[in-house]
Amino acid sequence: MKKVLILGATSAIAQATVRLLAARGASLYLVGRNAQNLEAVAKDAATRGAAKVESRAMDLDDCGAHEALVEQAAQALGGLDGAVIAHGVLGDQDASQRAWATAEAVMRTNFLSAASLLTSLANRFEAQKTGTLVVISSVAGDRGRQSNYVYGASKGALTVFLQGLRNRLAKSNVAVVTVKPGFVDTPMTAHVPKNKLFASPEQVARGLLRAADGRKNEVYVPGFWALIMLIIRSIPEPIFKRLKL
Amino acid sequence: MRSPQSWGRFPRVAQETRALTWRSDALPSAPGTLLPHGLGRSYGDSCLNADGTLLLTSALDRLIDFDPATGVLRCESGVTLDTVLRLVAPRGWFLPVTPGTKYVTVGGAIANDVHGKNHHRGGTFGRYVRRFELLRSDGTRRVCAPDENPDWYGATIGGLGLTGLITWAEVQLVPIRNPYILQETVPCENLDAFLDVARASEADYEFTMAWVDCLARGRKLGRGLLFRGNFAPPQFDGLPLAKSHLSHGSGLAVPVDMPAFCLNRLSVSAFNWLYYHRQRGRPRQRLTHYDPFFYPLDAIYGWNRIYGARGFLQFQCVVPYSTARDALREILERSSRGGVPSFLSVLKTFGDIPSPGWLSFPRQGVTLAMDFANRGEKTWRLVEDLDRLTREAGGAVYPAKDARMSPESFAAYFPRREQFLPYLDPAFSSSFWRRVNPATPSLPALEGSADGATPPVSLLAIR
Repeated sequence: MKKVLILGATSAIAQATVRLLAARGASLYLVGRNAQNLEAVAKDAATRGAAKVESRAMDLDDCGAHEALVEQAAQALGGLDGAVIAHGVLGDQDASQRAWATAEAVMRTNFLSAASLLTSLANRFEAQKTGTLVVISSVAGDRGRQSNYVYGASKGALTVFLQGLRNRLAKSNVAVVTVKPGFVDTPMTAHVPKNKLFASPEQVARGLLRAADGRKNEVYVPGFWALIMLIIRSIPEPIFKRLKL
Repeated sequence: MRSPQSWGRFPRVAQETRALTWRSDALPSAPGTLLPHGLGRSYGDSCLNADGTLLLTSALDRLIDFDPATGVLRCESGVTLDTVLRLVAPRGWFLPVTPGTKYVTVGGAIANDVHGKNHHRGGTFGRYVRRFELLRSDGTRRVCAPDENPDWYGATIGGLGLTGLITWAEVQLVPIRNPYILQETVPCENLDAFLDVARASEADYEFTMAWVDCLARGRKLGRGLLFRGNFAPPQFDGLPLAKSHLSHGSGLAVPVDMPAFCLNRLSVSAFNWLYYHRQRGRPRQRLTHYDPFFYPLDAIYGWNRIYGARGFLQFQCVVPYSTARDALREILERSSRGGVPSFLSVLKTFGDIPSPGWLSFPRQGVTLAMDFANRGEKTWRLVEDLDRLTREAGGAVYPAKDARMSPESFAAYFPRREQFLPYLDPAFSSSFWRRVNPATPSLPALEGSADGATPPVSLLAIR
């Protein structure tokens, strides 16, 4: 990935990924909501060696603007050969249960806006017959649990969407990489007490780029989550529904 | 999350933490007083805030700008010197002043106005800080520079993080031709020999420091090895990096707290004897990479754990040349009698280049740094004695390394304390600050009270 569009560039995992890409001398187009913070990430990337850094502040919930955004990024960087979709919200499960509008907002940010961006990007990459799409999903999308099934459903839908897209784009030499982090120590989880299962954003970013370089399909980062989720997926539903998870 | 500790792991305190994320954000609301905390490499309690909140700056680690033509670097305050070196050294620039570890933040280097092996030539880190932004608890932001808010600039350099949060800083780097140091090791058979060689080396060597065998006594008191060096001349440009240049880059780690019995008088004196005699009395020259030369201990991750779970106390003083011989002799004798061996002891001369920081520690004379494993009362009393000896010699003790200095000592060491008081942020404090200013109320009452009367003597005794 040499000319990369980063969506949700001010998220902790995206920032760590941006640094690694900048150190490789990649050209980057950064998108995030807060202009001031986006500027801080852009300057950091430029100082760390990115060949070119452009940025645009916008709310990615606005799906109508996606087609133009992708076009603009490609123009700015002189083409695109990679995209990292890192924007997302954890949401509040209790609030989402009480009011559909809250749940809908989580679905919009985590699934609908990602799917919309992927539609534009996939069509472009399919036509140019090259490119890597890296999308951050979550282990939470592997099985619905009462403690966060709205977030889980948004990520689960994203994972399925990516499976289909990968199947479609395999013949066009486009890699579709689904990255499923477990718990990550970021501002998104600042309120959660940390334990040994938590990974750093840098650790996740390294795993993400390794998967992108290797054109992997679905990866868990850190890798031990593959085992944890295998167990969680294997529990029969009659038992699972009685568990406090 | 476990409460952060200082590098000496003594004292241990309970405190809250808040991670800072963006330099443009307001300060978080939090219980008690606030104190910025970078990598926690201060040894004592100057980076701790018992019953208050630490503002963790490790995520304020973004670079803002680097101009390879002028060597001016602007970055957020949580950027580490390690990050700076990785960025600038390959492009022909180096830190103008570096402490003995690269795992400190730029904000911490300013707040403690750190010094290095080149103090006699270059002075302190603060001299190279072109400007920085200071965020106060009332929400105001000030750009501070020698010619812009110069009073805030002077109060914040060496100000122990108490004047507010440094969000970003701009530092002037120095050019280098290659990453190598031509280093010479000179054995010194006693303190007098050290002082002579150290003074004589100042003219021709940019970097000097000496390791001292603290257990040598009598005629051999102050015996040690003086290391001096310069960046290598042009004929070494482009030399490929060889393993021998990085002899210390071992990737070793101290994985667990070592039991206390591992460090005792016998083991330390055996190590010291071997280390000194390896040299066989001859000066020796060699080429080395800057990393093992400046940061030998960084190669051993978590080296502070060799002192066991009880931690250790560090003591660093500077004494003027006029009293240096007698005072250092007394300090070395007292610590060698103390029954608590110092494993790592370092001597160095400070030059007379003034720092812009009002509470800056370095001043002309000879500085001595020692580590003492924490054996409770006995160790504390020893360090308190050393503090007293330093005060009597007209010297000063380094707050970043201190856990025991008395309020009287602090007032004597830092005569510009009165001038500093009005610049304290009323919402900021530290365990160190409360310890050395016991009569000072730590919350809002203080702002504006520039009268700064010295606390009554009876209160000075409280610790």
